[in-house]
Amino acid sequence: MTTTAIETVPRGGEWLLEAAPQETIFTPERMTEEHRLIQQTAQEFTNEVAGHTEQLETKDWDLTRELLRRAGELGLLATDVPEAYGGLALDKASAAVIAGCLGQCGSFSATYGAHANLAILPIRMFGTDEQKQRYLPSLVTGETVGAYCLSEAGSGSDALGAKARAARQADGSFVLNGEKMWITNGGFADLYIVFAKVDGEHFTAFIVERGFDGVSTGKEEHKMGLHGSSTTPVVLQDVRVPADNLLGEVGKGHKVAFNVLNYGRFKLGASTVGGARGAIGESARYAASRRQFGQPIASFGAVKHKIGGMVARTYALESMVFRTVGLIDGTLEGVDPGDGGAILRALEEYAVESSILKVAGSETLHDVLDENVQIHGGNGFVRDYPAERHYRDSRVNRIFEGTNEINRLLIPGMLVKRAVKGDLALIPAAKKLQDELLAPSGAAAAPDGPLEAAAAAVGMFRKVGLAVIGLAMQTYGQKLSEQQEVLSFAADIVIDTYAADSAVARARAAAASGATGADLQADAAASYVDGAAMRIEATARSAFAAMAEGDELRTRLAGLRRLLKVTPANDVRLRRRLSDAAVERGAYPL
Amino acid sequence: MKTAVCIKQVVTRDWPLRPAESATWVRDDDASFEMNEPDAYALEEALRLKERHGGEVVVCSAGPARISQVIREALARGADRAIHVESDALSAAGADAVAAALAAAMQDESFDLVLTGLQSDDQGFGQTGVVLAERLGLPHATIIMEVDIAADGAGLRVKRELESGWFQWVAMPLPALLTIQSGINQLRYATLRGIMAAKRKEIRTVPLDGVASQGQRILELYVPEKTSATRFIDGSAPEAARELVRLLREEARVL
Ligand SMILES: Cc1cc2nc3c(=O)[nH]c(=O)nc-3n(C[C@H](O)[C@H](O)[C@H](O)COP(=O)(O)OP(=O)(O)OC[C@H]3O[C@@H](n4cnc5c(N)ncnc54)[C@H](O)[C@@H]3O)c2cc1C
Repeated sequence: MTTTAIETVPRGGEWLLEAAPQETIFTPERMTEEHRLIQQTAQEFTNEVAGHTEQLETKDWDLTRELLRRAGELGLLATDVPEAYGGLALDKASAAVIAGCLGQCGSFSATYGAHANLAILPIRMFGTDEQKQRYLPSLVTGETVGAYCLSEAGSGSDALGAKARAARQADGSFVLNGEKMWITNGGFADLYIVFAKVDGEHFTAFIVERGFDGVSTGKEEHKMGLHGSSTTPVVLQDVRVPADNLLGEVGKGHKVAFNVLNYGRFKLGASTVGGARGAIGESARYAASRRQFGQPIASFGAVKHKIGGMVARTYALESMVFRTVGLIDGTLEGVDPGDGGAILRALEEYAVESSILKVAGSETLHDVLDENVQIHGGNGFVRDYPAERHYRDSRVNRIFEGTNEINRLLIPGMLVKRAVKGDLALIPAAKKLQDELLAPSGAAAAPDGPLEAAAAAVGMFRKVGLAVIGLAMQTYGQKLSEQQEVLSFAADIVIDTYAADSAVARARAAAASGATGADLQADAAASYVDGAAMRIEATARSAFAAMAEGDELRTRLAGLRRLLKVTPANDVRLRRRLSDAAVERGAYPL
Repeated sequence: MKTAVCIKQVVTRDWPLRPAESATWVRDDDASFEMNEPDAYALEEALRLKERHGGEVVVCSAGPARISQVIREALARGADRAIHVESDALSAAGADAVAAALAAAMQDESFDLVLTGLQSDDQGFGQTGVVLAERLGLPHATIIMEVDIAADGAGLRVKRELESGWFQWVAMPLPALLTIQSGINQLRYATLRGIMAAKRKEIRTVPLDGVASQGQRILELYVPEKTSATRFIDGSAPEAARELVRLLREEARVL
């Protein structure tokens, strides 16, 4: 399936240096007819699952398994698997579209994610042909269910600090001992991807069947949310694992773990779009029907400002997700779907973007669901409405697949690494910017219209991002990784820049095509940029203050003011229009 | 058995309806569209009949280019090929025009069975199937709840829905046309495999022969106005009562 007809696909992180050509940016509007049909099937299935929410929350794993088999029948588990192993080998845009739909039902989305991303993917990417033949076909149909066992009680973020051990045996087999924690699908999975250290030091991945002697699972955790998904410890007691079940190479488990996480983060970002869109629909319909002081609460400015903001942020998130998947698919265009190495390289190329999606997705969804509760008032706090469940269910998104703190550190960390390796011309760009900031500035021509103004502002965001990262590299050199606060500030600026850039690019494409709804897209992009400008300014001030003082700090801040001379948009009007459109439509309107 | 299923694309059910400027149809330039629901059941019935009796399922649809969306969807669900009578003049056209356009394109195919939905979710006349049967010279039966094809393939028995929970079994010859009631079966979703396979299936696009029939036209479309005016009737009690009865009879027309 052709997602994009891109000649040269921009490299990872390049958007931070310069605006990308419009045609390289994939948007929801460019979805193919097949993508739309896949979305329809996934949405119909999602509605079916949503109808079972209460039953699933009783921990009816038979029903969960049945729904997974149904997903398998429809092909929803097959997107990433080559046809030779029972899959469909579709593009990643199809996978993102499916994740987006399923993201509306929290618990099942976690079940699906652990199975389709965390269990299928490692085997598909690192398994031998024999392992793929043996395990993938029944995972793709949903007849066997997979789980991914990386975390332990003592090692979550510090995943490589795992204590689980694999003792090499004379016959080439291994004996595994250890206890894994918080394992999604743990309670009923048939197959576990387990990480353990061979001879106590070589971090390694294994495929462990439930039926192997010594595999057992602990009690279900009592969780804040996702009550309809299984989360248990997985205990390995002298489990003999045949040599054939070594996944990848001894000592290369980190490659398996991190590559799987790259994909998991991207998919998590994609899934949050669905949840956010769904919640906007709930808020819009509730606000239209709930009357106070003789009028629908949707007519109150304070409520409009919330709904409008939810729409603008979701729009930006969705734009980033589609843009990123376009980059990944663009890189994989024409590549043999059996070529796992190429897929790994593509995911690694856009690992920065995947981490951005993970953080931005989980936090956008969190904030949208928080406002959804608020708009529902007292009804938002009681179980008669789904708002409170969504809110609880989504909280963990900021914790798993690498906490948002860890991902924030990774974002500038990986950018700097790419810069040092020469994969990204960040250093010359930062130098050039420094000269530019010192030179006297001429008056820039006023941009033509709100979208062009927004595009100009995004250009400035890039420069602020470069200035902060540039100064951080200069100030801390090799020790930058110890400066977590500054790295996190830089991450926030970079995330807002990618979001704003993607939203503006999409809105401009809509305007250029004269599509209906282009005005609303422009409103959403302009509103996002307006908020981002304020956040970026505040964050950059904190970052500079941490790195410079006295005259130098004042010079830096003066430079910042020069860059961010962005006239604020009338965000009140923008958000009112977005909210009115959502309320009229009874749904996310874009 | 060679079965045709006629499918219409309609504005999605939850789309907020507003009359277009012309005031003869709803504003649909930025609408989202879907397969007319009874047609989806007709398609499902055709696919089930094919699974039991073999043959071919051909989707027939008349309308502007955008209707290829529902045609693809039907192919993705399992139809074998499609005929699309393409003309902008057929968007929001009445039953008469659509039936004429479809009949011209379907005439030479010699279908054994033609299925349509009972009615469309937008105009709801319930006439397209009936007029099409007439144009194709086929016997027809409406509001079908069950289809039972004779073992020798010569005829069929169908169950029609009547009023108040009554049903009627009708025996009829083949070829025939049936208009299918929603809920006759359980719909399937398009599988991803089906969606990808649909890309390779044939959609034969044919132009509209001549101009669209104007036999039936919508003259005006408006949102029913909600009025809740209170009127006080003056006069003595008997006078006011008499006036009230007159108003109820002549203006409100509820007596
Ligand atoms: C519902 C649920 C499902 C899960 N499913 C799975 C699964 O299927 N498979 C699996 O392997 N795991 C799973 N997990 C585990 C999850 O991945 C971990 O909980 C997560 O990685 C965080 O690890 P931790 O809990 O040990 O927290 P910690 O690592 O102890 O973190 C605590 C806090 O410290 C911060 N922190 C930690 N290290 C650093 C650092 N170096 N710098 C700055 N801040 C730091 C964190 O950001 C966090 O805020 C699941 C967890 C939950 C709750």
